[in-house]
Amino acid sequence: MSLLAVRDLAIHIPQGDSGRGVGVARPVDGISFDIAAGECYALLGESGCGKSMTALGLMRLLPPGARAASGTVSFAGRELLALPESSMREYRGGQIGMIFQEPATSLNPVLTVGRQIIEALELHSALRGEAARERAMELLAQVGIPDPGRRLDEFPFQLSGGLRQRVMIAIALAGAPKLLIADEPTTALDVTIQAQVLDLLDELRRTQGMALLLITHDLGVVARMADRIGVMYAGQLVEEAPRAAFFARAAHPYSVRLFAALPDAQRRGGALATIPGSVPPADTQHGGCRFVERCGEAREDCRRAPPPWRELGAGQRLRCVLERAPEVSTKVGAGNTATTPVAPPLLDVQDLRVHFPIRRGVLQRQVGAVRAVDGIALSLAPGRTLALVGESGCGKTTAGKALLQLIRPTAGSVLLDGAELTTRSTAELRPLRAKMQMVFQDPFASLNPRLRVGEIIAEGMRALGVGAGDTAPRVAALLQQVGLRPEMAARYPHEFSGGQRQRIAIARALAVKPQLLVCDEPTSALDVSVQAQILNLLSDLQRELGLAYLFITHNIAVVDYLAHQVAVMYLGRIVECGSADEVLRSPRHPYTQALLAAVPRIDGAGREVVKLEGDMPSAANPPAGCHFHPRCPIAGEECKRDYPGETRIGATQVVRCFKAA
Amino acid sequence: MMFQPVILWSDALLFLLILAVIGLAVWARREDNLRAAWSRVLRDPVAMSAATVLAAFVVIGLLDSLHYRVRLEGKAGEPVRYAVELNSALDALLANLRTRPEKTYSAPLATHLYAKETSTDGTQRDFPRLKHGGAHLGENLDVHGADIAKRALFGAAAGALLWFAMHLALRRLKARRCGIQADGAGGAAQAVAWGAVSLTLAPMLVLGGAIVALSGGYHVLGTDKVGQDVLYLTLKSIRTGLLIGTLTTLIMLPLAVLLGILAGYVGGWVDDLIQYLYTTLSSIPGVLLIAAAVLMMQVIIDTHPDWFASSAERADARLLALCLILGMTSWTGVARLLRGETLKLRELEYVQAAQAFGVGRFAIMGRHILPNLMHIVLIALVMDFSGLVLAEAVLSYVGVGVDPSTISFGTMINTARMELAREPMVWWSLAAAFAFMFALVLAANLFADAVRDAFDPRVAK
Repeated sequence: MSLLAVRDLAIHIPQGDSGRGVGVARPVDGISFDIAAGECYALLGESGCGKSMTALGLMRLLPPGARAASGTVSFAGRELLALPESSMREYRGGQIGMIFQEPATSLNPVLTVGRQIIEALELHSALRGEAARERAMELLAQVGIPDPGRRLDEFPFQLSGGLRQRVMIAIALAGAPKLLIADEPTTALDVTIQAQVLDLLDELRRTQGMALLLITHDLGVVARMADRIGVMYAGQLVEEAPRAAFFARAAHPYSVRLFAALPDAQRRGGALATIPGSVPPADTQHGGCRFVERCGEAREDCRRAPPPWRELGAGQRLRCVLERAPEVSTKVGAGNTATTPVAPPLLDVQDLRVHFPIRRGVLQRQVGAVRAVDGIALSLAPGRTLALVGESGCGKTTAGKALLQLIRPTAGSVLLDGAELTTRSTAELRPLRAKMQMVFQDPFASLNPRLRVGEIIAEGMRALGVGAGDTAPRVAALLQQVGLRPEMAARYPHEFSGGQRQRIAIARALAVKPQLLVCDEPTSALDVSVQAQILNLLSDLQRELGLAYLFITHNIAVVDYLAHQVAVMYLGRIVECGSADEVLRSPRHPYTQALLAAVPRIDGAGREVVKLEGDMPSAANPPAGCHFHPRCPIAGEECKRDYPGETRIGATQVVRCFKAA
Repeated sequence: MMFQPVILWSDALLFLLILAVIGLAVWARREDNLRAAWSRVLRDPVAMSAATVLAAFVVIGLLDSLHYRVRLEGKAGEPVRYAVELNSALDALLANLRTRPEKTYSAPLATHLYAKETSTDGTQRDFPRLKHGGAHLGENLDVHGADIAKRALFGAAAGALLWFAMHLALRRLKARRCGIQADGAGGAAQAVAWGAVSLTLAPMLVLGGAIVALSGGYHVLGTDKVGQDVLYLTLKSIRTGLLIGTLTTLIMLPLAVLLGILAGYVGGWVDDLIQYLYTTLSSIPGVLLIAAAVLMMQVIIDTHPDWFASSAERADARLLALCLILGMTSWTGVARLLRGETLKLRELEYVQAAQAFGVGRFAIMGRHILPNLMHIVLIALVMDFSGLVLAEAVLSYVGVGVDPSTISFGTMINTARMELAREPMVWWSLAAAFAFMFALVLAANLFADAVRDAFDPRVAK
């Protein structure tokens, strides 16, 4: 018998008059699935598919206005939706635990970690006082937090993101739950930390026999963790399969396209498959199959009636009338052909440093500095892509902004097309600004909501006097170039989806005809299918316009697909750089090796696992010697003393490690 | 010409303000997000009902701002001369109340004075009859109650009739607008909460009708120490309250917006300077600072009598000076709020994108920061209004408010101090001032609440 059985669960949110008349949004529209004890079931889908709403519906924690309109949720034989609120509270946190995406906001910042764990313990067990404290320490030890006795009395801000997520897991474990719902548990974490947390969840599941409902959009995480997978689309499950079957032969056109949209090295130089359009809004009235608008293989009957469930055997079933899964061809690119740049570098950075002073005391004396960027050297030729890779906090975004002089560097030189940038005043920089532009991470924060799209795009042209005169034709041309319609210039940003907004942001940067585009995680806020659209657009633009990209990212798959050269940053310094093939195929620095190994892969195959313990140290107080040595598995005595010099390996690969030679 | 229009400084500013509000409304209609927010206000029944009450107050205040001087009767051939006394359109409407003073206190709807007097022959002490209140009854005082009831009922009926007519007109209007919109594209019916307007108008008109009918024969809210009609005084107070509330915000806002954005965006020593300025300002007790400034200003006004043609002008100058002083001392709160918000906006990516284009500092502040702060400015504006109306009352009570000759809620409350200590107590001046001020401030606060909700980005559309 299954532990959790969901049948036809539907969640409705009555809409006020949203301009389209009174309607009902159905973020979850009749989904059914089972989770057995000790099983890991993954709900997979893009944002807006109703995954999180399903989880909240199971816990009866729906936002105001939303209600479970129909269906049943039976947990260990009890019907949860029929329970009175008072008995539901025993299930929440007791029988069913939940952890959320953002560890920074799920802990109360003014209570100690211990207090928050003990609160959960007192609610769900008879433990009190010293016994509860003992148990809290055990829990912290269980989730792999070193020195749990000290950590109990610390506040959340004293812990790093990975540790906070472990504390969240410890709190969820306090009630000894039979089912743990993990809503994007690692999305906000870096890959090395993600690997630690996923390992922990997997181990807990095996040792405690706890079932896990994993909600994620990341196919890599699914491949790493799940026993069975349910693919959600627009409020419904469209495919359900065991892991092996799913990754061997995903059957639903949506699943197939999700796979095809993933960037990787084989597709470099070619175009990624994209899913046109976006997930329909939750208040859409569906007549037939929900995916029909975005499906390349839709037939007449797809529009008439929703397709019934069809069994494929071996536990795989799907909602699609197609007999055979579609073949989505992704053009295999020519690969990374040119090996050495022939042109003189467009961008040449030497010993760039950005130090933020730390001031203390009444007189604001400088007592130290956060060395966000501590002497990096980069070189980028026209028409090439350099990926700056690293975990959050390593200084890669600061480096990007310092290149553009948005943050003034403390020292070093930045030559753009032969012109030194760091010594110029704001006014002297202005003529050079047209040569370099930036695309930002969050498409929702990078467009001024009070300006029309046309004004946003024209802003740079006006400020820099590019294409003087009437800007309207140029704006129209730019919109077409990035795949939008010219008449969209009259609209406001809030009318666009995330992917469209990122296109607008790219059009804005292109408006001044730059030669260098600094892309700061341009796809990390987007869904996989939309990410593929943006990546395709970027590589098309590079081919047409000969743009050079400095691509700042933590997503190794994107790097593999797009980059010609890779530089790996750790704590303000570049530890390894070289051509993409060299760095990604034969990494020499232990940090690069660990970073690559931590990326969950959809083929399930892993490299030899290099586990990283702990977190990145603070840039205000970096370790002596090699910055990486406290986490390095092969560190020796000399690593603790001196910072390693450059070791040249192969044609372009440079490593800073004593052990690499 | 039977009269000479006079425009006081405060009148000019008030009308300028009205024009500005109309201009802003026209502009807001064209801006999508502003129009959406305001249409949420229009759809909110509470907001519309509060707006109706506010509108009534504004109409009274505007009528009271149309000043003129009456031409004096003169012999033919003499140059035309005008009375020194300054009247307003409201005074003309309320001539009935203004020109029928009693000797001293009388209770609401009374027929006799509130104080005993020795009769002319010196034999008896009794409450003398009022000169005007209930004079039409003659000696027949038995019908006093019946007369009041009759007049009240008659007035209320007239008010109800008027309301019914307006209600029908509103419904016609609504039906026609809906018809237009149904024809037009979109069909997003902007359902203005006319029902709430109508519902609010009903008690206002019924009550107003009764009061008008009663005031023909009685002093509805009694009379004060020198026999002036209290209803007249309260109605005249409205303009003062409105002026203080609106003109002060007008002076305060540019300061707050400019300094707040400068401090937040430019940072560095500019930020330090502005922060020191407002920290210093707000660490001086507000009333003390205002009192000191008002007293200084009073000395200046008193030593330069030649600046002002009449006492009305002098009182007006004092009122304006008070607005100025209140404005100069109360910008700190909003500036601090705007500075904090600017600090947040400054780090947003669209501001950095503009910086990457080399857009100038002031262009960024004007194009990217200010428009995204407007909701806070607007909310601060409507929230501060009621606070300032109350501040006037407090300051006048302390004695540093408006000119004593200016009728205001504050001066009424100030005189009520003595009246409450009197035996038997005179309660009606305070009660009248309280009731009117309460209605004004409550309406303003409810409206402000609705505006804040409508502009709150977290509230789903």
